[in-house]
Amino acid sequence: MSDSNIIPKWLSVGVIPLMNLFLAFCVSGLFIFFIGENPFRAIFVMIKGAFYYPGAIGYTLYYTTNFIFTGLAVALAFHARLFNIGGEGQAYVGGLGVGLVCLIFDQHVMGFLVTILAILGSVIFGAIWGIIPGYLQAKRGSHIVITTIMFNFIAAALMVYLLVNVIIEPGQMSPETRDFASGVGLVQIHIFAKYLGLEMAMSPLNLSFIGALTVSVGFWFLVWRTKFGYELRSLGHSETAAIYAGIKVSSTIIIVMAISGGLAGLVAINELLGVHNKLLLGFTAGYGFTGIAVALMGRNHPFGIFLASLLFGALYQGGTELDFEFSSITREMVLLIQGLIILFSGALAYMLNPLVERFYLKYYGSINSA
Amino acid sequence: MLESFQIIISLLDSTIRIATPLIFCAMAGIFSERSGIIDIGLEGKMLLSAFVAATATFLTGSPILGLFGAILASCSASLIHGFACITNKGDQVISGLAINILASGLTITLGIALFSRGGQTPPLASEQRFMPIDFPFLDQLSFVPVLGELFVEVISGHNVLVYLSVLAVFFTYYVIFKTRFGLRLRAVGEKPEAVDTAGISVIKMRYQSILIAGMLCGLAGAYLSIAHGAGFGREMSAGKGYIALAAMIFGKWNPIPTLFACLLFGFLEALGVRLEGVELIWIGEVPVQVMQALPYVLTVVLLAGFIGKARAPGAIGVPYSKES
Repeated sequence: MSDSNIIPKWLSVGVIPLMNLFLAFCVSGLFIFFIGENPFRAIFVMIKGAFYYPGAIGYTLYYTTNFIFTGLAVALAFHARLFNIGGEGQAYVGGLGVGLVCLIFDQHVMGFLVTILAILGSVIFGAIWGIIPGYLQAKRGSHIVITTIMFNFIAAALMVYLLVNVIIEPGQMSPETRDFASGVGLVQIHIFAKYLGLEMAMSPLNLSFIGALTVSVGFWFLVWRTKFGYELRSLGHSETAAIYAGIKVSSTIIIVMAISGGLAGLVAINELLGVHNKLLLGFTAGYGFTGIAVALMGRNHPFGIFLASLLFGALYQGGTELDFEFSSITREMVLLIQGLIILFSGALAYMLNPLVERFYLKYYGSINSA
Repeated sequence: MLESFQIIISLLDSTIRIATPLIFCAMAGIFSERSGIIDIGLEGKMLLSAFVAATATFLTGSPILGLFGAILASCSASLIHGFACITNKGDQVISGLAINILASGLTITLGIALFSRGGQTPPLASEQRFMPIDFPFLDQLSFVPVLGELFVEVISGHNVLVYLSVLAVFFTYYVIFKTRFGLRLRAVGEKPEAVDTAGISVIKMRYQSILIAGMLCGLAGAYLSIAHGAGFGREMSAGKGYIALAAMIFGKWNPIPTLFACLLFGFLEALGVRLEGVELIWIGEVPVQVMQALPYVLTVVLLAGFIGKARAPGAIGVPYSKES
């Protein structure tokens, strides 16, 4: 699979992905139409839900934050031609890192320090959950797709066990830890704005969003401006060429998976340090899987990933509005749209290439050759 | 002694019930992957067909039509998979994942739109389901110690799809290893160029294989909603497709070992449920999550080559183009 070298870049990177996205939305619209609702009204309701109501943009950007983290995680692995399906599990275990750090230190150490340690905890625990499949791929030849799938399930079982039996708040029925101490956590943007004298509607948007943007810039720098980035991209293009160039393939794979897992782990800071203020069951809510769609749509580039995350953030937030406005379509509609986006932007990404090539040659090719 | 015998009998009985959908799906996986197509979408195909089976049965009143609907739905999903990764040479893992997410969203959305029950289908009456079949001569056999009881409680008294799943294993074994079609199918998964040179269409072989896989997944889905269960519940497949995938790898892409892997994973789940809240000597209470995680842990360990070596078909995951 590769981009066509007949058509110029603005077509293959700009127009074709948009056409794929358009196709995905058309098919989603057809489903809504068959259910007996008006697809255009559904889009209108979702846009209003995502951007118009007070605090709506805050919610949209809060979801966006999660998708930037998981999207970057998947994209980094893709650059080394590794398919990390394990973002969900890595984010979940990253939450364990946050939870353990906070529960152990928050009574003794000042909140600011605990928060920084907790962020490190999320990265390290997420990284560990990425390193193991990376090691198994690099040294034992297990297929990374299968191992990361298995690790998602192992993470889920592990977290249920720990939350139900070990770190649950005593005397509590629902499987969650006690609240972290009050000084611990990342400030929500609307509270931050209040200090500055600005009035903002309440939303869960917090400093993690700024973190996500910073990490995106770091991602770009790492992949396109460092030696390691060069090595991982070479590995992605051709393993044999990478070996000839003297690149240590196994250690590159393991480090890539460590960073990828760490990026996914950062979802926990947005969810736990920014919003819930405790560790709870199932907080990852499929964000890891959505990261795959985001990376595919964003063509593994941080800017593309930002745009794709914004789209998915809007879909998630706008989707909740569907529940209130329609009797027969609900937020699960978003799952359907997500599946179609993965299908058209991912699996069928090159379906339109021959068509566009033919059109291009017909209308522009004659000019160029003349 | 007698009591522990009873426990074993009931454990074996639930093992078979749990293993049935795994067996169908794992056989589906073997057909698909032996022909070189990775099938992450087992889960989604099973979920979709479970929904269609329950819906079609509820609307028509006939479980046979429900079964056909399930197979049709699952095969359509297979065709989407084929269109994406055989015809358009797209990534097989991404396509499978798309099918899984699509199935999740589609079943809930359609379920709510059709029945307004939060994604569930209305419950089915027993004449609308495949009910347990009792074998003849049960009364006479039940007097035979041990073997008689084993026959009455474990072998007899399942619905028709359970017996069909055993047939599916022999069918898979026979087709893949004893027919010309099977020889070609395996060749397509190992060295598609060679098959192409021999004048056989790689594309056609792969489409045929994934359609058989679709049929088998359809049976798994129908088992969940109109045989074992009495209706569809959201996310009803609950990861069984992935366990089947694990079982297929554990069985090294061979039907008979895969059957035993499915039974082993079914047994672990049955045991986990059984051991909940039970204090064992030496060990103490075994958390149910350990049993839930064990199939995945075992598969990871196997794949890493610590217990034997699992080798995937040679050309798996690679789209076939004549030119390259």
